[in-house]
Amino acid sequence: MRKHYAGGTKDAGLNGFDLTVRRGSVCGLLGPNGAGKTTAIRVLATLLELDSGQAQVAGFDVTTQARQVRENIGLVGQYAAIDEIMSGRQNLIMFGRLNHLSSREADKRADALLEQFDLAEAARLPVAKYSGGMRRRLDLAVSLIVSPPVLFVDEPTTGLDPVGRREVWAAIRSRVADGTTVLLTTQYLEEADQLADRISMLKAGRVIAEGTPDELKGALGGDWLDIVLPLDTDKSVVMRIVESVASGPIQADDEANRISVPVIERTRALVTVARALADAQIEPQDLSLRRPTLDEVFIHLTSTNEPEAQLEPTL
Amino acid sequence: MNNALPAARTTPISRFGWLLADAWTIARRDLQHWRQQPGAVIVNWFFPIMIALMFGLLFGGAIAMPDGASYFEFLMPGMFAMTMFFGLEATMIAVNTDAAKGITDRFRAMPMNAAAVLLGRCVADMISSAIGLLILMVAGVLLGWRWHGPLTAALAAVGLLLLLRFAILWIGIFLGLSAKGPESVASVQILIWPVSFLSNVFVDTVTMPALLGTIAQWNPLSSTATAIRQLFVNPGWRGQAWIIDNAQLMAVVWPLILIAIFLPLSVRGYRKLGR
Ligand SMILES: Nc1ncnc2c1ncn2[C@@H]1O[C@H](COP(=O)(O)OP(=O)(O)OP(=O)(O)O)[C@@H](O)[C@H]1O
Ligand SMILES: [Mg+2]
Repeated sequence: MRKHYAGGTKDAGLNGFDLTVRRGSVCGLLGPNGAGKTTAIRVLATLLELDSGQAQVAGFDVTTQARQVRENIGLVGQYAAIDEIMSGRQNLIMFGRLNHLSSREADKRADALLEQFDLAEAARLPVAKYSGGMRRRLDLAVSLIVSPPVLFVDEPTTGLDPVGRREVWAAIRSRVADGTTVLLTTQYLEEADQLADRISMLKAGRVIAEGTPDELKGALGGDWLDIVLPLDTDKSVVMRIVESVASGPIQADDEANRISVPVIERTRALVTVARALADAQIEPQDLSLRRPTLDEVFIHLTSTNEPEAQLEPTL
Repeated sequence: MNNALPAARTTPISRFGWLLADAWTIARRDLQHWRQQPGAVIVNWFFPIMIALMFGLLFGGAIAMPDGASYFEFLMPGMFAMTMFFGLEATMIAVNTDAAKGITDRFRAMPMNAAAVLLGRCVADMISSAIGLLILMVAGVLLGWRWHGPLTAALAAVGLLLLLRFAILWIGIFLGLSAKGPESVASVQILIWPVSFLSNVFVDTVTMPALLGTIAQWNPLSSTATAIRQLFVNPGWRGQAWIIDNAQLMAVVWPLILIAIFLPLSVRGYRKLGR
């Protein structure tokens, strides 16, 4: 898919965005600000026209069969799209009616959703008086009035506290359990890790990496050896030691007093470093091996200029 | 958990029925707004009365009418027309707010006829304007304004006013969809007053400089104001220009022209929202 915004920069919009999501699975779309996540969702939700290329949602073409696509999708936009003057309950009832529920069904569904999203107490308050998290939950509730086979969720938990985030995740999971296909964008890698079966990383309107969370983590090549040092340690000595086992650039986090070393042969590296540290009379506070986090993959991929070349061989 | 889903969304027979039902659901949203924020809508309805009092009482004394006719009787039909025109602001703000807040997008991504959203807006704004007009007419009667013609002519005048409002509505929808944000809305709002003054709402156009007078005569607002002054048999210094002699015709033609221009533009704007 290609989409260029009039007046946008060269990289803005979509530049050869390509994505396949298996029916019934959850796809996480990750990307930095301005990567084109919202643009992609808006195109797929028939809100924005493509310049070129084509897209099918639930088997229908977004351009030529927009109405059928709309019958099959639910959309939770990046910013809560609810009526601020009306109460939460009135919003739910209105959207229930627009989904052609009978007035009794709409009432019932509204109350059930208010209960499910912990909004029952604020049900009759105008939305303008809701907190950001309450709005987000109401917004999600509105899109769950009926259960379309495909659900688009654009950054569902931005600005939510951990409890709110968990509630939203639970709601999305219950939808997934019902067989809904979900396309989710997020800034939080943990969220993608938690919810998504497959993750596509997006940069400048293009997918630069795609795979399961584990595959992506493996794509950085090998594991990380974390060494947490006492405050007064001479880091240069440690650096000299770890350089011999490092398979890539070493990351030093001065605040946490931690050095992270990418390694290929995990146990040998661990033993080598432990022995050398002991010889140098340095006693680390912690010494551990771990898989790279998605954050590291994300930062690695989005900060390099030719990401495609780097990742493709390993995937 | 969701077995209670609507099964038949679009059997062709009922598609038109659903269009009307959806439009009414969307229109009812505005009625709910009124209930939640009665202050705003009441100010909206009573604001024209304040203007009428201001011009009628404060300035009216300084405005001499030929043949000693009552300025207030001249003014009130102008106020009715102006009130219809002022509806532009309400429509534009409502449409722009919905677009900015993403509510319009949510509607657009739903499997309902695009016309339902626009029709809902129309219904809500027409109801609001009709109530506002009724309140202003009652206030006018209390303050001494009367119509002197037959009731049918008076009803025809009300019809012309609502037709003007309907045309203005589409301008409002178009501007509301095109406006980039509250700033552009505000700049249009500022223009509403000069457009009202550049008409025969408050004074006869013959008292204006020639060029401005001609522009004012061709202002659609003037045609409606003149036409309803004739229908209500209220004073309205007839001029000699063609546009004045054919005011009743133009009070129908102008709105139709505006609708012919702005209705398609609005529908296009709605479809292309966000480009
Ligand atoms: N209406 C528009 N006109 C011009 N440029 C736009 C428009 N909408 C988005 N863009 C540009 O397109 C690019 C992608 O925007 P998009 O909103 O899709 O990013 P995103 O990945 O959703 O970012 P975020 O994480 O900040 O929500 C950005 O560079 C943005 O500036
Ligand atoms: Mg976005």
